[in-house]
Amino acid sequence: MIVVQDVHKHFGGFHAVDGASLEIAEGSITGLIGPNGAGKTTLFNVIAGVLQPTSGRVTMAGEDITGLPPHDLFHKGLLRTFQIAHEFSSMSCRENLMMVPGGQSGETLWNTWFGQKRIADEERALRAKADEVLEFLTIEHLSEQKAGEISGGQKKLLELGRTMMVDARIVFLDEVGAGVNRTLLNTIGDAIIRLNQERGYTFVVIEHDMDFIGRLCDPVICMAEGKVLAEGTLDQIKANEHVIEAYLGTGLKNKEKVGA
Amino acid sequence: MDFLNAIVALTNYVVIPAMSYGSQLALGALGVTLVYGILRFSNFAHGDTMAFGAMVTILVTWLMQSVGINLGPLPTALLALPFGILGCVALVLVTDRLVYRFYREQKAKPVILVIVSMGVMFIMNGLVRFIIGPDDQRFSDGARFIISARDFKSMTGLNEGLAIKTSQGLTVVTAVVVVAVLFWFLNRTRTGKSMRAYSDNEDLALLSGINPERVVVYTWLIVAALATVAGVLYGLDKSFKPFTYFQLLLPIFASAIVGGLGSPLGAIAGGFIIAFSEVTITYAWKKVAVYLLPERFEPDGLVQLLSTDYKLAVSFVILLIVLLFRPTGIFRGKAL
Repeated sequence: MIVVQDVHKHFGGFHAVDGASLEIAEGSITGLIGPNGAGKTTLFNVIAGVLQPTSGRVTMAGEDITGLPPHDLFHKGLLRTFQIAHEFSSMSCRENLMMVPGGQSGETLWNTWFGQKRIADEERALRAKADEVLEFLTIEHLSEQKAGEISGGQKKLLELGRTMMVDARIVFLDEVGAGVNRTLLNTIGDAIIRLNQERGYTFVVIEHDMDFIGRLCDPVICMAEGKVLAEGTLDQIKANEHVIEAYLGTGLKNKEKVGA
Repeated sequence: MDFLNAIVALTNYVVIPAMSYGSQLALGALGVTLVYGILRFSNFAHGDTMAFGAMVTILVTWLMQSVGINLGPLPTALLALPFGILGCVALVLVTDRLVYRFYREQKAKPVILVIVSMGVMFIMNGLVRFIIGPDDQRFSDGARFIISARDFKSMTGLNEGLAIKTSQGLTVVTAVVVVAVLFWFLNRTRTGKSMRAYSDNEDLALLSGINPERVVVYTWLIVAALATVAGVLYGLDKSFKPFTYFQLLLPIFASAIVGGLGSPLGAIAGGFIIAFSEVTITYAWKKVAVYLLPERFEPDGLVQLLSTDYKLAVSFVILLIVLLFRPTGIFRGKAL
């Protein structure tokens, strides 16, 4: 569904993404792992249109989407969440969700003044949908709470909820589990699986928690130093020599060899 | 009786002028704060945007006056105001297309945009002087007073008169209406919420269904309208002279910063704080003191803290104090 071809992203002399190529199958939950600084988030940002790649191509269902601005990608059904949860802090959780769908009729000045009825109908539907999503995520009690005031884990749930407000085709989750306790993480995992099975969302998940990855993801892609190292099931990845080297460093491996 | 006279004198010379000046500053500061909150830079061209809007309004007013259109007791400028707003909107949108959009696409730092806005300021400044000239222009007509000092005296029998100029009453009423509409717009409509969302968290807004270019255009529309209204009201109340609008930049920025840049509520509070401080500090209190103090203590001097020449210094000092002790302003700015 998404094909990344030889993408480079350089910040001055630093090559954050250095010729990464990968393919994401429709309907899959793909895991993206790698040590810190491997270029995972940068690659996300390039795909999601936040950063322009230095070179390379990204296509979605055969269509070239390289360098399209984020809100265009949003309308094509490509959504992402942030490593550090983002929210509209002065708005309630429900309003946060209601902000998501684009092209609402209240967005034109004409309708704001003369299309009140249409807007009211639309808002009612949106409101119902937002409440549904909040219930799905088991945070319906927070609907009136300002999003700036809820906990970090709850913000992560809200991030996920945002992707449920529209018919997404592919969702990029950047460390949904970071700073989230086990129970909440399981809730998030359940939600991802349900969305994948019931609504056919494709997911790409960056995560450091291997249990979480193992439960959800097939295939798993491992990146290091801006390149794709290996791809396969989590067990295959775990057994891959390059991956062990990237995570644990060559020093350790050599020592082991000496020992053996 | 003396006490009443003191209150009337105070209202006449301090409260009423400060109220109307405060409303004008608040409207100006709202424009500055919106640009800061949503487009993320300090727009130094705002004073001259006000001057441009007011100038278009004045030209249309003159045209209307010459063909005999008027509003009776109200100034004709009110009729011309929509045209002024349209003219100002056009100027601001063209400026955005030609200048600011380029820097937005480059993701230029706010500092660069501030300097760019200074360039825009000089151009607008020149444009206004080129079209209408650097001199004082009069364009107010209709009834001059709602209540004149003499009527008030004969009505109440007090020694002190209370005068409310039409322009002052109009300023306060218009400001209240404009602010009410603006807050309704920002808090209740989808477009307004998009603007707040964009101001709150740009990254996230870009990844939602919010169209950033549309937000930018609406912001400029509102800013141009606010600037024109503020400019025209100031011109009606005092007089129209391009250079005064350039000078207004300081109290306007002081208002926005005191209230908290990016906070609309703060802009309004800041406007009134600056206006009341300016007026009370430069007012000669003798007139009020005469009524309140026993005859023996009657002051010899004017009891004026600062001469009115130092009016602008007051904004400066308040600005400094706020920046030193509470840089985020009263309402903790930075987000709408």
